[in-house]
Amino acid sequence: MTATPAATVRRHHWIVRLTHWATVVVLAGLIASGLQIYEAYDRFGNRGGPYLASPFDGAQFPHWSRLGGWLAGALNWHFALAWPLVAFGLLYLGYLVRSGEWRALLFRPRDVPGALAMTKYYLHLRREHPPQGKHNPLQKLAYTGVIVLGALAVLTGFAIYKPTQLSWLTALLGGFQAARYWHFWIVWIFVGFTIMHVILVFVVDPASLRAMITGWYRGRFPSHD
Amino acid sequence: MTETERRRLLGAQTPGVDRRAFVKLGLGGAGTALAAACGWDGGGAIRPLLLDWSRVNDWVGEKVLFSPTHLARTYSAAERSAMLPSYFISGMMPMLRDPDRWRLRVQGLVEHPLELSLDDLMRLPRTAYTVKHHCVEGWSAIASWHGVPVSAIVARCRPLDTARYISFDSFDAGYSNGWDLASAMHPQTILAYGMNDNPLPPAHGAPLRLYSPTKLGYKLTKYLVSMTFTDRRPGGYWEDQGYPWFGGI
Repeated sequence: MTATPAATVRRHHWIVRLTHWATVVVLAGLIASGLQIYEAYDRFGNRGGPYLASPFDGAQFPHWSRLGGWLAGALNWHFALAWPLVAFGLLYLGYLVRSGEWRALLFRPRDVPGALAMTKYYLHLRREHPPQGKHNPLQKLAYTGVIVLGALAVLTGFAIYKPTQLSWLTALLGGFQAARYWHFWIVWIFVGFTIMHVILVFVVDPASLRAMITGWYRGRFPSHD
Repeated sequence: MTETERRRLLGAQTPGVDRRAFVKLGLGGAGTALAAACGWDGGGAIRPLLLDWSRVNDWVGEKVLFSPTHLARTYSAAERSAMLPSYFISGMMPMLRDPDRWRLRVQGLVEHPLELSLDDLMRLPRTAYTVKHHCVEGWSAIASWHGVPVSAIVARCRPLDTARYISFDSFDAGYSNGWDLASAMHPQTILAYGMNDNPLPPAHGAPLRLYSPTKLGYKLTKYLVSMTFTDRRPGGYWEDQGYPWFGGI
């Protein structure tokens, strides 16, 4: 793209890299044990109905995708892995706040025009990649969204873990079966996000993969912000 | 500074290191996949760790998240679910040959051991409510229950100071559950002899079962024969097989 050699910039703090890859592993375990838990009762609603609409009613997920062997094993995996998910999540958020890096990540109303420009670029309605800093507005939208999604995963999880003690939370999320329903759907949003995320890394900015491993970025968008 | 030096300083992580990082990442992924393949037993190494961690979660559930006074939401009789599945461990539905001779034995670390008939229990204070039942499998159902609060039994048998747990035992093939005293003393924890305004049916634990909206269904012992106060944490049918011991919700 540019004639001059790309500058090398320090991109990701070790906390960001650690929490990123740790979350990949922990989330994989949570989803796999969650699919095993789902198998014990594969629909959403009080017994006798009515049931919430779901394309996965009665679904059996393949053996390789499940963790725990049976319900008790899956529950123990799930409740153990929930701790590191929350711990790494808080560590990451704490770092964002302390370092001020949240500014480069948080999607705000002023990012809307830029997000539209990026959408046009991806839809081939615009030839040039719009100028950007560390993250473009669509990335900000995706990364802000996935942090919110992580928080929702934890909240819906607590709502179905302790529906009596945390009844206010369960009620806020629409009740036990509704919270369970959203807890399950969050998985598929996460999976969709991850697929898009990986595709975009390799198609648009492969150098960002190395940056997330080593911390150093040498690619098309060498901004420090 | 030469270009080589600059690269060494700035691009300290050379592509060679990148590949190593990739290999590490790949090994990490393979490790996760291996754990998945080994499943619950994890080659015998992971299971004890998971069970130890489950005890930590039990502690959090019992000491941090459980409230002895917070009441579960109640519903109207009209909101009852169309059905509530039942289960038992025996090959056939457990039934008493001579229901008149049935007694609930209250024993262990108590000042006054008791032997209570169903009539005795019905003369004690009565609690009735319609609540949501939560199964560990993920299903739920609303039903009504009535019976005597466990706290009323405790007031009569007077546990010793050393008593910290209760073991609830059944005549269903040795099914039992161990409870912490605080959960047993919750105002909505009852010995239920009735369901949906009728006598408790055999499918749901007749003549007497434990019920509480503060615990998952597998903690709610059916077909009761005794409750034993102890100072050592009693196991239980599913708990001993790896299900969370506290089972509080």
